[in-house]
Amino acid sequence: MREPQLNPRLLVMLVSVVLLGCGSNKSQDDAAAEQAAVPPTDPGAESFGVATVDAGQGTTGRGALGPDGPLGSQRVIYFDYDSSDIRKEYAEVVAAHGKFLSSNVNVRVRLEGHGDERGSREYNIGLAERRAQTVRRALALQGVQDSQVATVSYGEERPAAVGSDENAYSKNRRVEIVYIN
Amino acid sequence: MHPAAMETTKRMKLRLLAIVAMAAMAPLASAQLRIDITKGVTDPIPLAIVPFASAAAPGGVDVAAVIQRDLDGSGRFRGMDRNALPARPTQASEVDAARWRSLGNDYVVVGRTVARSPAETTLAFDLVNVLNGQVLLTGTENVPTNLLRQGAHRVADRIYEKITGVRGAFATRIAYVSVDGQPPGQQYQLLIADADGENARIALKSGQPLMSPAWSADGQWLAYVSFEGRASAIYVQRWRTGERRQVSARAGVNGAPSFSPDGKRLALTLSGNTGNLDVYVLDLATQALTRITEDPAIDTEAAWSPDGQTLYFTSDRGGGPQVYAAEPRAGSRARRITFGANYAARPRVAPDGKSLAVVTQDAGGFKVGVVDLASGQVTSLSRGTLDESPSFAPNGAALIYAGRERGQGMLATVSVDGLVTQRLKADQGEVREPVWGPFAN
Repeated sequence: MREPQLNPRLLVMLVSVVLLGCGSNKSQDDAAAEQAAVPPTDPGAESFGVATVDAGQGTTGRGALGPDGPLGSQRVIYFDYDSSDIRKEYAEVVAAHGKFLSSNVNVRVRLEGHGDERGSREYNIGLAERRAQTVRRALALQGVQDSQVATVSYGEERPAAVGSDENAYSKNRRVEIVYIN
Repeated sequence: MHPAAMETTKRMKLRLLAIVAMAAMAPLASAQLRIDITKGVTDPIPLAIVPFASAAAPGGVDVAAVIQRDLDGSGRFRGMDRNALPARPTQASEVDAARWRSLGNDYVVVGRTVARSPAETTLAFDLVNVLNGQVLLTGTENVPTNLLRQGAHRVADRIYEKITGVRGAFATRIAYVSVDGQPPGQQYQLLIADADGENARIALKSGQPLMSPAWSADGQWLAYVSFEGRASAIYVQRWRTGERRQVSARAGVNGAPSFSPDGKRLALTLSGNTGNLDVYVLDLATQALTRITEDPAIDTEAAWSPDGQTLYFTSDRGGGPQVYAAEPRAGSRARRITFGANYAARPRVAPDGKSLAVVTQDAGGFKVGVVDLASGQVTSLSRGTLDESPSFAPNGAALIYAGRERGQGMLATVSVDGLVTQRLKADQGEVREPVWGPFAN
């Protein structure tokens, strides 16, 4: 189920960081530049290793369905507080994705579950996973194969909106349908 | 991607990471924390800490100021304003007890820094009880000159223990997560700092979420969750070298790692494809996986008792989240621990094993609280609206936790009696999920 693809940006970035670390030439890469620019404030202090991973700028739908495609603008399902039930107004959206996927069995999606910031973080991972699973089951009812769907729960770790009010919270309790090929 | 190709890229990734870790050994400071004492005990112990004598202030560290900030920050002491000091003695024999006593002090600390070599410094200090003129403690700490702050923290630990009878936890570290930028382009960092928030160093940076850092009991390793592969995975990292190892990247949720007290096993949360979160124990040497809970509810956030015989965890099997306990073996029956609180989640066990720190909820929002294991009673200790992630200091005297203030994430500490609080604020970005490391040996 896991999508083990390597982000090509990652390799580029890692290589540029390594080059910078060797006192080499400039790089356009933001993350690498940032790392090189941090001043060693306490050069004598106890040193330890810094690992840098993924410098990605967030998840965007890509591939078969472009942003202007028929399902491009309706890829987020929002949820009520403490609920993983799909609201009536989103039933049609989910059904449309289900119909598209069941007739395009080589297309795969990743369902990314999210929650608002209230409560403990790992428990919120559980709540957001429930939301992703609800959408997965709804797609299965449309005939979408299990192998076409992966889920990932981000809990409250990737908010769509910043803020500690219901306006932000309602935007953050969501499942994003991300097409991965 | 083809499995073989996937293996190759994975290996390549690991090798490159190792190179990056080596190339980036120079420490980086970021999201520096600033302490701000917000509430203290009404009757702190008055003492004076005299600037240490030294030929030259090595590394620019004001040893006495570090000690004073540690002791003041505990809320148990009140250091005399340096400008009001009547004299600058540097040895116990030079302390005029009556004079210091008449200015309201119970104790005076004096000391010297002596260079043993260009690379090593000795801190020598005396603690004088000026109420009776007795020298309570005479001691030395040898430290590499570039770690003078650590030496000062150790002196503060010894003074704190001598006077209060409780081991000091100033010469310890905290790990935490910082987040910079706006969604969806946020950058995440795992940082390690001294317990006073100084010397913050980046152990890991990523464009994808990092969460749930946890220390090993020997203080050498951190376990954490990283989403760098666009899915959750658990890593363990030897933080001094940057060496890291992926220990779980199974289908679905990989979360909430917690080292067993002997460091050989890791409690963690897995969901598999079904999305049902349960607690498991992974043997780090053999990779053997033991399922601890088997319930359709969310079971997560396991924490070990100090004797390694009990796992406390969050479960919503009774409706809302509450803390349960099970033994770390297959088929153990879970028993409910918390009652009477609307919400009790993410337990962390006190060093003496007698209480738990939890996230709880009342009419005012989410607080950190303490559960007395004898009675099951939950007591709120914090006053925020979105407080979370409490963890005990290794001496059990205080908790560190994360909260929000005017839309800004911050770290705070509170004494276990709720009387003393202080904030650690980042000068940039968000800070969250603090975990207090063990005593350094």
